[in-house]
Amino acid sequence: MADFIFWMIWALIVASAALVAFGNNLIHSVFALMGTFLGVAGIYIFLNADFIAVTQIVVYVGGILVLLVFGIMLTNKIQSAQISQSSVQKGLGVLVVLGVLAIVLTAVLPHNWVGGTTPMAFDDTVKGIGRLLFTDYLILFEIASVLLLGALIGAATLARKEL
Amino acid sequence: MDHLNSYLVLSAILFSLGLYTVVTRRNAVAILMGVELILNAANINFVAFSKFVTHNLDGHLISVFIIMLAAAEAAVALAIILNLYNDRGHINVDEANALKQ
Repeated sequence: MADFIFWMIWALIVASAALVAFGNNLIHSVFALMGTFLGVAGIYIFLNADFIAVTQIVVYVGGILVLLVFGIMLTNKIQSAQISQSSVQKGLGVLVVLGVLAIVLTAVLPHNWVGGTTPMAFDDTVKGIGRLLFTDYLILFEIASVLLLGALIGAATLARKEL
Repeated sequence: MDHLNSYLVLSAILFSLGLYTVVTRRNAVAILMGVELILNAANINFVAFSKFVTHNLDGHLISVFIIMLAAAEAAVALAIILNLYNDRGHINVDEANALKQ
C-alpha cells in the first residue's frame, strides 16, 4: 500500500512538473506547480523529514505560490482571461535537456555511495534540527536572517512607484 | 520507496523539466517557476542523501536554508518583474535586451 502511494506521488510530481514546463496557459502552469510542491512534501514524508515537509507546504504553497499568482495577476491585463504563454527554441531545448538528463543519470545511478545506501528512519527530526540550528549552523542561521532582511527591504524598495 | 535511486531519478527528471522551463519560456514569471522546480529537485536530493547515505540531519538543515533562499529570491524577482512590466508593458525576457543596443 505504501509502495502504491509512493509511486502515485512520484507520477503526480512528474506529470504536474511536465505541465509546468509544457503547458500553454500560465494559470494552468501555476496550479500544476501546486501539485508539484504538494507531491514533493509527500516525498519528504516518505523520507522521514516531517519538519521539511511542513516547511515545504507552508513556505512554497502558502507563500511562493501566492506570490507567483500575484505576479501573474499584476503583469497581465485582467481582460485577457486566456493568459497564454509561448516558448522559444523548443527543439534545441528538448535536445539539451535530454542530454543533461542522460549525463546526470549515467553519472549518478551506477555510483557506489560511501557508506552504502541503507535507509535509516528518523523518528523525530524537529529536535535535532533545532539543536543543529543553534550549534553547528548558528553562523549560517544569522546570515540567513540578514539575507531575509535585505530581501525584504530590497523588494519593498524595488516595487515602489518612484525609485 | 526504500531505494535511493527512485528518489535520484525523480530529482533528475524534476531538474530537467525545470531547466527546460528556464531555457525555453519567454514569460519571466514562468522562468521563476522553472527555478523553483530546480530548487525542489536539489532539496529532494539533500533529504534523500540524509536518510540513505549520511544518516544525520545535515541535509535537512541545508534544505531549510534552500527553502528560505527560494522565498527571498521569489520576492526580489517579482519586484524586478513588476518594474519591468511598468516600464515596458510586457515581461517577455527575450525582448528585454536594452543593454545590448
